[in-house]
Amino acid sequence: MANSIKVLNDKCVGCGQCAGACPFGAISMIERPEHPKKFKLAVIDLNKCTYCGTCFQTCKFNSIEIKKDATQAGVDKSEYKGVWVYAEQRHGEIAGVVYELLNEGERLSKQLGTTLSAVLIGDNIKSKAQDLISRGADKIYVCDDPIFIEFQDDTYTSILTQLIKKEKPEIILMGATNIGRSFASRVAARIHTGLTADCTSLEIDLETRNLQQTRPAFGGNIMATILTTAHRPQMCTVRHKVFKEAKVEEGRKGEIVDCKIDVATLVNRTKFLGFIKDESSNVNIGDADIIVAGGRGLGKSEGFKLLKDLAELLGGAVGASRAAVDSEWIPYSNQIGQTGKTVAPKVYIACGISGQIQHTVGMNSSDIIIAINKDASCPMMQTATYALEGDLYEIIPNIIKEIKSIRCN
Amino acid sequence: MNIIVCIKQVPNTTNVQIDHETGRLKRDGLESIINPFDEYAIEEGVRIKERVGGKVTVITMGPPQAEAVLREAIAKGADEGVLLSDRAFGGADTLATSYALSTAVRFLGNFDIVICGKQASDGDTAQVGPGIAEMLNIPHVAYVKKVESVDDKTIKVERMMEDGYDLIESSLPVLLTVVKEINNPRVASLKGKMAAKKAVIKVLDAAAIGADVKKTGLNGSPTQVMKIFTPPQRTGGEKFTGEPNKVAVDLVKRLSDLSLI
Repeated sequence: MANSIKVLNDKCVGCGQCAGACPFGAISMIERPEHPKKFKLAVIDLNKCTYCGTCFQTCKFNSIEIKKDATQAGVDKSEYKGVWVYAEQRHGEIAGVVYELLNEGERLSKQLGTTLSAVLIGDNIKSKAQDLISRGADKIYVCDDPIFIEFQDDTYTSILTQLIKKEKPEIILMGATNIGRSFASRVAARIHTGLTADCTSLEIDLETRNLQQTRPAFGGNIMATILTTAHRPQMCTVRHKVFKEAKVEEGRKGEIVDCKIDVATLVNRTKFLGFIKDESSNVNIGDADIIVAGGRGLGKSEGFKLLKDLAELLGGAVGASRAAVDSEWIPYSNQIGQTGKTVAPKVYIACGISGQIQHTVGMNSSDIIIAINKDASCPMMQTATYALEGDLYEIIPNIIKEIKSIRCN
Repeated sequence: MNIIVCIKQVPNTTNVQIDHETGRLKRDGLESIINPFDEYAIEEGVRIKERVGGKVTVITMGPPQAEAVLREAIAKGADEGVLLSDRAFGGADTLATSYALSTAVRFLGNFDIVICGKQASDGDTAQVGPGIAEMLNIPHVAYVKKVESVDDKTIKVERMMEDGYDLIESSLPVLLTVVKEINNPRVASLKGKMAAKKAVIKVLDAAAIGADVKKTGLNGSPTQVMKIFTPPQRTGGEKFTGEPNKVAVDLVKRLSDLSLI
């Protein structure tokens, strides 16, 4: 039995709403000269259609019929209980996104009337468990073994999968970090469940206990809300800086579970040989509350020296557009945008960046955007919260001077 | 060395425009391109072949017109193209896509390295690469920024992380997902373009690769799209003009009023 979708010719009035709504461009409008009122007709290209149902929801004339195949075998959902947060650590430090996940996880677990747990995997890491409890976790599963000293997909996938199969949580939240996005997909595939990437909003449907996971797609041009209806746990990775951090509650009590590690079951096919730190900046671009970014308008590599001065003064990080990276003014690790990183700081200062969509998809969700540009008509200046028109080499030194003078007083 | 590169045809979202009346994507004239990250995957496959010898096969899953990206990959140095096309693959989420592609890779057999782009520019999930590796039961390294060395049995790569990079060695076969920093993709040569024109693209359906249709497409997808909507667009804010000193003072005042400085 396959899925089917069709347009009911007698009901379609040719309004074209469905064609505009289809995220996959699968609907076109054709002429229908034989129709008494010369109405056009919607035609669905089945090669492009994914049966997402957007057209069905959009049509005001009930002229689209969609039949989805419901043969997919799921699991007994009642066996799965509790919300989990993967407490990612790197080099012994808990990732910033984890505290945000604990805050959001606590909200979701209260709504569901269940508990919040965190999973901590690492070497000599147990001391961090209390920190997670004070941020709202009720129970911490600690997987502490020298084998976990460095992140490797094989070992981390194995231990997390073993734990999930044993404890059966209904929701697992992970950070959409390099580590999270590298092994969450392996875990989901091994358990055979749904995984939604890079979520920016999470809600619960209490009736079904489904997690409504909303995420940007098509370079941030559209938002999609995704469900995992028949499988458990419901897994997702969550974007850093979208949710607020959980507050510390001193003296909060929770349970710490030491997980038994059977190293023989942790097959590892990779070897960790070393870590080379990026010495160019003290502030991780993904963690920064303020980012000072430069583009083609800088005109020369020395411009980044000025941006770095401003960033250091503000305790922020330096970012760049692709044009600046391709000109070799600054390393790729600073690139923001479609082929670089996605960031969402409190303040994003775009210096000499015109605002091509390849760049803006990587920084559009920043709270405040400040643009500094000679060209007041460029897209970045048109959409910025504060648009400063002028030469950045004149304006930025003045900003630096002014901040310093305020701080002195 | 047998290298398989998995690529995807995506809409060119970089010139997407929003219809402000309906708040929907304007799709007219939206061209299809190779996913930008896959360009680096193809190039790295060809470079490894040039270094140690072997063959590069590109695979894509999609409608018949996705054949175009396979020919483009051949023009840029790949040897063969395979198109997975079947209604049964339609509506696949990342798990079902990983299943279909891994089944195809296994069907082609005898592979040493599978390379994918870090993520696709339409879905932006970065989930399919590691998913394929899991279903092939081989190791993977994501976010690879450099292949340091490769021989018959092992590969040494640099994995880009938020705070620097890790040096990882893996046994073969392995799957890599690559970032932009790994190389500068070449422009197709005339010889390559000729080869692309002449190439016979192998088209395989679910039955041909022995895929279980309960695990493909919409049927094999644990996730479903509940709804799709357009996010509110940013509108312009306050303009600061005048002498550089005045502009700077005004901005700093505003930021300190908001307690941001």
